[in-house]
Amino acid sequence: MNIVVCVSHTPDTATKIVVGADGKTIDPKGVKFIPNPYDEFAVEEGLRRRDSGTLTLLCVGDDSAKETLRWGLAVGADKAVLIKDAQRNDSFSVANSLAEAIKGLSPDLVLVGRQSIDYDSAQVGPMLAELLDLPVVSFVTSFQINGTTLIAERDVEGGKEVVETTLPCIITAQKGLNEPRYPKLPDIMKAKAKPIEERPAASTPDRTRTIGMRLPEKKQGGKILEFSPENVRELVRLLHEEAKVI
Amino acid sequence: MTILAYIEQRGGQLKKNAFETITAARNLAASTGGKFSALLVGDGVAGLASQLAPYGAADVIVVEDARLAQFSSGAVSTAIAAVAVAESANVVLISNTLHGKDLAPRVAVKLSAGLVPDCVGLDINDGNVVATRPVFAGKARVDVAVTTPNKVFSLRPNVFTATAVEGVSAAARSASVNFGEKDFATRVVETKLNTGKKDVAEADVIVSGGRGFKGPENFNLVENLAEAFGGAVGASRAVVDAGWRPHSEQVGQTGKTVSPSLYVACAISGAVQHLAGMSSSKYIVAINKDKDAPIFGVADYGIIGDVFEVLPALTQEVNALHGK
Ligand SMILES: Cc1cc2nc3c(=O)[nH]c(=O)nc-3n(C[C@H](O)[C@H](O)[C@H](O)COP(=O)(O)OP(=O)(O)OC[C@H]3O[C@@H](n4cnc5c(N)ncnc54)[C@H](O)[C@@H]3O)c2cc1C
Ligand SMILES: Nc1ncnc2c1ncn2[C@@H]1O[C@H](COP(=O)(O)O)[C@@H](O)[C@H]1O
Repeated sequence: MNIVVCVSHTPDTATKIVVGADGKTIDPKGVKFIPNPYDEFAVEEGLRRRDSGTLTLLCVGDDSAKETLRWGLAVGADKAVLIKDAQRNDSFSVANSLAEAIKGLSPDLVLVGRQSIDYDSAQVGPMLAELLDLPVVSFVTSFQINGTTLIAERDVEGGKEVVETTLPCIITAQKGLNEPRYPKLPDIMKAKAKPIEERPAASTPDRTRTIGMRLPEKKQGGKILEFSPENVRELVRLLHEEAKVI
Repeated sequence: MTILAYIEQRGGQLKKNAFETITAARNLAASTGGKFSALLVGDGVAGLASQLAPYGAADVIVVEDARLAQFSSGAVSTAIAAVAVAESANVVLISNTLHGKDLAPRVAVKLSAGLVPDCVGLDINDGNVVATRPVFAGKARVDVAVTTPNKVFSLRPNVFTATAVEGVSAAARSASVNFGEKDFATRVVETKLNTGKKDVAEADVIVSGGRGFKGPENFNLVENLAEAFGGAVGASRAVVDAGWRPHSEQVGQTGKTVSPSLYVACAISGAVQHLAGMSSSKYIVAINKDKDAPIFGVADYGIIGDVFEVLPALTQEVNALHGK
């Protein structure tokens, strides 16, 4: 099966966020970037399903994103393509660049993460479905393929949904899909020598504009009490009379 | 501004998010001198229109098709886009539930519209909508404007408070949409409901337990407190990874995003990835034996103590309040 996996290069989840000088984006200084955690599930699934086919990684980003592509090559991807875009664009623009590259590859399966943990958009998968006219199942925790039928399971509010579709299609990976492997040291060394193809991004104008970025307001004056039976009663009183939530 | 509010229904039932979407549409229309319509899509759903009237929906558009008895993101997004075009709606509101996450990006592409997902605020500035949403796991917020004439916003559930208005009666009218075979390329073939349990994503009160409970056998303390509040049980990833609780209960970056009125974090340290899923809750209570645990930094109320002592006492007090 020929598979395309889209991977994004995102700040580590534990990164402290500092608003940059422009007041609209983060200050990248000192920020450690990693492969988007959900994309690790997507890549792992691609490796398990590839058989004799080709697994191609696509990433829209600047040169620094090559690090994430090299990680993908180290865990076993066959090819890596960097779609070069010096500035960060909105999800629609990213989806367009990815769609253009995917068209030339005619994959049987496109795997993406459920969301990129930078802007937490969860848009690219369903947008690719529209742009490529392919079915999509998002937030998938497991799936089976029988011939050209794909049956996926996903968690929704209050239960699980079983969704059926046909290949070729797009899957967005949710935690639970698999346990991603770690790259082995010799493979990390070998990946350094593998080629990364580069191509320009589709220059699609953004459809959204960030006006400003700020840190969330800190909660002031939380009432924190030491444990005692009286203070437990006081907490219940506060919840009832002050917060009025019970 | 002409607003179309897509009203989610599942199996012919409306949830709280339906009324939140209507209220948000009504408020946007009121502050811009625009108008709004509600849209129901499904099989045999016209009867739900009357439940929307108390929230101000006078005009309810209904798209019905036997094939829509089960959700299909392709067909429902086609219906939303077709109705938006027919009604010349330039703003579409969708609740950011799992279904909404499927729909909003597709509707946006179909309408050549910019999309702001997971909004926690919608304001009007110079006649334009400015949407606020959390990014970087809730560690920052951005204010975003859409630059295209058509605009789609998806709303984080439980954040926009539903408020009722008097004296509106709903008129339902049906709209027909020409679906293609391809619109049904993905179909839900089965929905397995968690029976008898409230889902964290929909609960108004959540009591979550973390690693400090030491084992699954002690989670009855969490369950009892959740029951006293009439709420749902949540869990940290540490607890889910250890196999003590199912993933469906996990709150956080790799679990569910929740915004209940009350979130009680018990023996949870408050790692950023946990906060990502619950920091937009209206009130947060932390119970932890470590006074320096980061969870206290986001808490409105807290008790420094051992959950094995605090939870039984708290459960008893809450039950007493409710006369039990
Ligand atoms: C990519 C990524 C994604 C992640 N996604 C999530 C996610 O979705 N959700 C999530 O929760 N985490 C997530 N995590 C994990 C997160 O970083 C933390 O490891 C996790 O939240 C810790 O769970 P915890 O608070 O239960 O455990 P701990 O951090 O071990 O904290 C236990 C707390 O219990 C307190 N305690 C112990 N005993 C008692 C007692 N008897 N009484 C009172 N207090 C007590 C301790 O003081 C401590 O504060 C993610 C991590 C990564 C890297
Ligand atoms: N810049 C990018 N390059 C490649 N893939 C991306 C990029 N941004 C997002 N994706 C893919 O789309 C998924 C969802 O991202 P998003 O819609 O931005 O939250 C990610 O998990 C990736 O698989």
